[in-house]
Amino acid sequence: MSFPLLTATAALPAVGAVATAAVPAAKRTAAKWLALLVSLATLVLAGLVLARFEPGGDRYQLTESHSWIKAFGVRYELGVDGIAVALLALTALLIPFVILAGWHDADPLETNSSRWRPTQGFFALILAVEAMVILSFEATDVFLFYILFEAMLIPMYFLIGGFGDRAHAGSDEKAAAQRSYAAVKFLLYNLVGGLIMLAAVIGLYVVAGNFSLQEIAQARADGSLSMATGTERWLFLGFFFAFAVKAPLWPLHTWLPNAMGEATAPVAVLITAVVDKVGTFAMLRFCLQLFPGASRWATPVIMVLALISIVYGALLAVGQRDIKRLVAYASISHFGFIILGIFAMTSQGQSGATLYMVNHGISTAALMLVAGFLISRRGSRLIADYGGVQKVAPVLAGTFLVGGLATLSLPGLAPFISEFLVLVGTFTRYPVLGVIATFGIVLAALYTLVLYQRTMTGPVKAEVSAMPDLKVRELVVVAPLIALLIFLGVYPKPLTNIVNPAVQHTMSDVQKKDPKPAVEAAQ
Amino acid sequence: MQNLIALLVAAPLLGAAVLLCGGRRLDRSGHLIGTLLAAVSFVIGVVLFSDLLGRGADDRTLNQHLFSWVPVGGFRADIAFQLDQLSMTFVLLISGVGTLIHIYSIGYMEHDERRRRFFGYLNLFLAAMLLLVLADNYLLLYVGWEGVGLASYLLIGFWQHKPSAATAAKKAFLVNRVGDLGLSIAIMLMFTTFGTFAFGPVLHSVGDAGEGRLTAIGLMLLLAACGKSAQVPLQSWLGDAMEGPTPVSALIHAATMVTAGVYLITRSGALFNAAPTAQLAVTVVGAVTLLFGAIVGCAKDDIKKALAGSTMSQIGYMVLAAGLGPIGYVFAIMHLVTHGFFKAGLFLGAGSVMHGMNDEVDMRRYGGLRKHMPVTFVTFGLGYLAIIGFPGLSGFFSKDKIIEAAFAKGGTEGWVLGGAALLGAAITAYYMTRVMIMTFFGAERWRNAATTSPDEPSAEPAAEHRGEHAEPHPHESPRSMTIPMIVLAFGSVFAGAFFGIGDRFLRWLEPVTGHQEGNSPVGAATVTIATMVLLVVGAGIAYLQYGRRPVPAVAPRGSLLTRAARRDLLQDDFNHVVLVRGGEHLTRSLVYVDHTLVDGVVNGTAASFGGLSGRLRRLQNGYARSYAVSMFGGAALIVAATLLMRAV
Repeated sequence: MSFPLLTATAALPAVGAVATAAVPAAKRTAAKWLALLVSLATLVLAGLVLARFEPGGDRYQLTESHSWIKAFGVRYELGVDGIAVALLALTALLIPFVILAGWHDADPLETNSSRWRPTQGFFALILAVEAMVILSFEATDVFLFYILFEAMLIPMYFLIGGFGDRAHAGSDEKAAAQRSYAAVKFLLYNLVGGLIMLAAVIGLYVVAGNFSLQEIAQARADGSLSMATGTERWLFLGFFFAFAVKAPLWPLHTWLPNAMGEATAPVAVLITAVVDKVGTFAMLRFCLQLFPGASRWATPVIMVLALISIVYGALLAVGQRDIKRLVAYASISHFGFIILGIFAMTSQGQSGATLYMVNHGISTAALMLVAGFLISRRGSRLIADYGGVQKVAPVLAGTFLVGGLATLSLPGLAPFISEFLVLVGTFTRYPVLGVIATFGIVLAALYTLVLYQRTMTGPVKAEVSAMPDLKVRELVVVAPLIALLIFLGVYPKPLTNIVNPAVQHTMSDVQKKDPKPAVEAAQ
Repeated sequence: MQNLIALLVAAPLLGAAVLLCGGRRLDRSGHLIGTLLAAVSFVIGVVLFSDLLGRGADDRTLNQHLFSWVPVGGFRADIAFQLDQLSMTFVLLISGVGTLIHIYSIGYMEHDERRRRFFGYLNLFLAAMLLLVLADNYLLLYVGWEGVGLASYLLIGFWQHKPSAATAAKKAFLVNRVGDLGLSIAIMLMFTTFGTFAFGPVLHSVGDAGEGRLTAIGLMLLLAACGKSAQVPLQSWLGDAMEGPTPVSALIHAATMVTAGVYLITRSGALFNAAPTAQLAVTVVGAVTLLFGAIVGCAKDDIKKALAGSTMSQIGYMVLAAGLGPIGYVFAIMHLVTHGFFKAGLFLGAGSVMHGMNDEVDMRRYGGLRKHMPVTFVTFGLGYLAIIGFPGLSGFFSKDKIIEAAFAKGGTEGWVLGGAALLGAAITAYYMTRVMIMTFFGAERWRNAATTSPDEPSAEPAAEHRGEHAEPHPHESPRSMTIPMIVLAFGSVFAGAFFGIGDRFLRWLEPVTGHQEGNSPVGAATVTIATMVLLVVGAGIAYLQYGRRPVPAVAPRGSLLTRAARRDLLQDDFNHVVLVRGGEHLTRSLVYVDHTLVDGVVNGTAASFGGLSGRLRRLQNGYARSYAVSMFGGAALIVAATLLMRAV
């Protein structure tokens, strides 16, 4: 048997999490370095996965399979397709930046030393989330996936509730109350989604007799496992609901602004750029593969909800006064695009949606982390508290602008390609929806540029006049992300190469073909 | 030879990267690096041009394919370039005028502490603009299209600490985004219609597509062109864009970027030819804008804003010509090039005046400057004669052709469009004469005047860095500024004759755009004479109003039309009331709805199932963790129970 690379990629951060937590309390810095090294080593393993993965090869590669709970046919079954590989790489890539950006977020407060801030715990939890997210991208057993999907809520809950943003308008007590509210809201929304999914998972087992994604999908495809239309639809809805809470899709989105607003910036990145991607990923992998008929049936409603998310999220972003909540609503708009692309059921839409997940992860990380650096300097999340930062901290302002431009999908940067693919993929099948979604590009420019104008331009406010520019650690976080945004904007082929074949498989799962152009163009 | 094409773009792109990432150590040499790389691009352009000239007229298209950019299913976009006569013309204009303006900026921005960054942005602009005209497909064109928008945004807002500059920059970008909506949808329509959006395949297969689709694509491209070229109804950003440093106004908001819409329409000529309705819309937009811009230009006292109105109007001429189809394409581009010379020259002249006048922009505080700034006066004067179409100068040849072509459209349309173009010529003569007289002739009104005017503050906030706020001492600008002005004046005088006589320009461009003589109901000589008469009338009225009478230092109240024109014919007021205010109300109420209704309903629904909302409230009382853990424990119990049930 070959080396279990996929298991190792998930196990390394898991072991790292335990080790980090075990570092003695006095050696905070050692714990940070340990966490950083573990995350970098995980990135190397993810690179190996990427290198070993053959785009033109089998659908699922690097597979591992072990019996786990024999009585119910639950297996420890792993395998990655191109979509999973892309997201696995994204996760492994972002975690080191999250750790580095949050370097001081969990240091003990000097002013308020009575409050215990467990630095070790913070970094251990981040690694734990990484491990579970990676494993959930790899799992091809429905039950295994479900366990991870639910389990990752626990470390996330503690990250949100236990390590809030220190920049808070209210008193410490009020801050703690709001943080706790945000964390519980996050947890309960996702738990309810998860419970409904659990029912569907059990239902699936009742119908199919096992939990293996590959076996069930195969049986569905060759007709040996038929489901009554009603059953299929109920099961689909059970799965989809959980993913739509996590993604999040309108109107199940309200937990996200709370969570992203109250959490520290790196944790907010962890939520929106990493954990939420499990939701959209699972729509592609589980909803479409297991329930192709029901997916087609539900498409009109989902497309409309996605469209509402796009426009609604963007409009809400325009109306925000809090920088981090603004980014959260922008993310809701972007998740609308991703879901639109998935359910457009065209190869452009689905490849675009997958690319979108990756690019959104990188661009939001860039924007949110710089926003975090900004907020930590001034101690306020309110847009109105800033002004003229560009003059005192030009590098910070410049990187913030690039992050913003990526968020508004400026051509030349990576998000443009994915957004345009989603739009084209939608337009070829649903022209009206495609046109309405395109209005999102105007709104995105509005909320991004208004944010930039209010915080960075104009006369220098007295409170920001002494603001230092980005430090070396912060530059190390931001510069690679920006470089990546430019690189993938100009040369996305490494990504499309691995994603395209996987999307073709999904397209054939749902028995859809791309619409043909009206005219055969002369070459 | 075709492998050089990428270098055209690469040279300024390298400059932008080096200057923007280079940091402070390049502060002292940055402007030289930027200018050098712009010049490199121009030299490569000249080399390629001479190569094209050496080839037969039908063999002047070079292609360079770099790599496949976005390959997804049937969707294929490449990083690939196409150089033909049309793009070659633009390359020379962009890199040539661009280099001159780089040189000019060395002097103009000398005292600005962020000069390196300024040159980085200028280089970024050149790279994006060259990409725009060299792309061989619409998606890559889109990258250049937004790239110039970004550069424009950065440069309009270059003096970001001024709120008005930051607002103007944002406005320009947003209005352009509305135009981008058109370009995006046009590309999507092309993809669903032809399965591709590369120039060659699309433009060669228009014959097979239905006219309805082509009309839709054409109208969407027109929307895009309206945004970038400041045509009605998306023109409102251009006047505000004058907040940028004057070299920027000359290069981006007069000579090159704002003409991108004309390029887009001309490039898509084959498509528009097959969609007469879209063409009609193009001509209407052009005709309306040429009058709109001219009227606005008449009322402005800010020299740059008057010139901005003029730019809008002149681009209106080009758009009108491009909408005429094969009758007009060549003349649209010809006017575009000559306009590039004289309008860039006029802006640089305006910048030179401001440079000598403590950055004053109010023409009511100028006057009599010809004695103090002789070079600026002569070069500006030649640009003035060129733009009003003085016989023998550039504008005479190119604008006259457009007016003729408008009549040649035939029928009622021909008369209406031709009439509008003629009327525009008269107004052009009026407002340009007004600018000329108010600036260079008459009493020296800057003596004994307060330095800044209250209602139209100076667009150049660098005044405090540059010198005293006392009475200005007008002086001629340094050589680095006057030489580009002289070169451009040279082009303003001779380019038209060079292009027009012997139909040189027509023969050069015809293989790409095609050409037809229309059947004009009026003879060419009649049009020329009518234009001349109107020119004299327009200039004459301006002379009577501003040359014979003293110019008041504070603007008189003016007629209703004048007051409306000062406010850009109330377009901004409309935008403010409908879009800005309406949008604010919409977003505010949505924020409220999201907070109370959506959140409340979802929580409430959940509560009716599991008491979620009640738990939420109780959980805030410090028992959060225990409840969460118990919830999770509950979930685990259910799992375990189910498993057990199955096992039994």
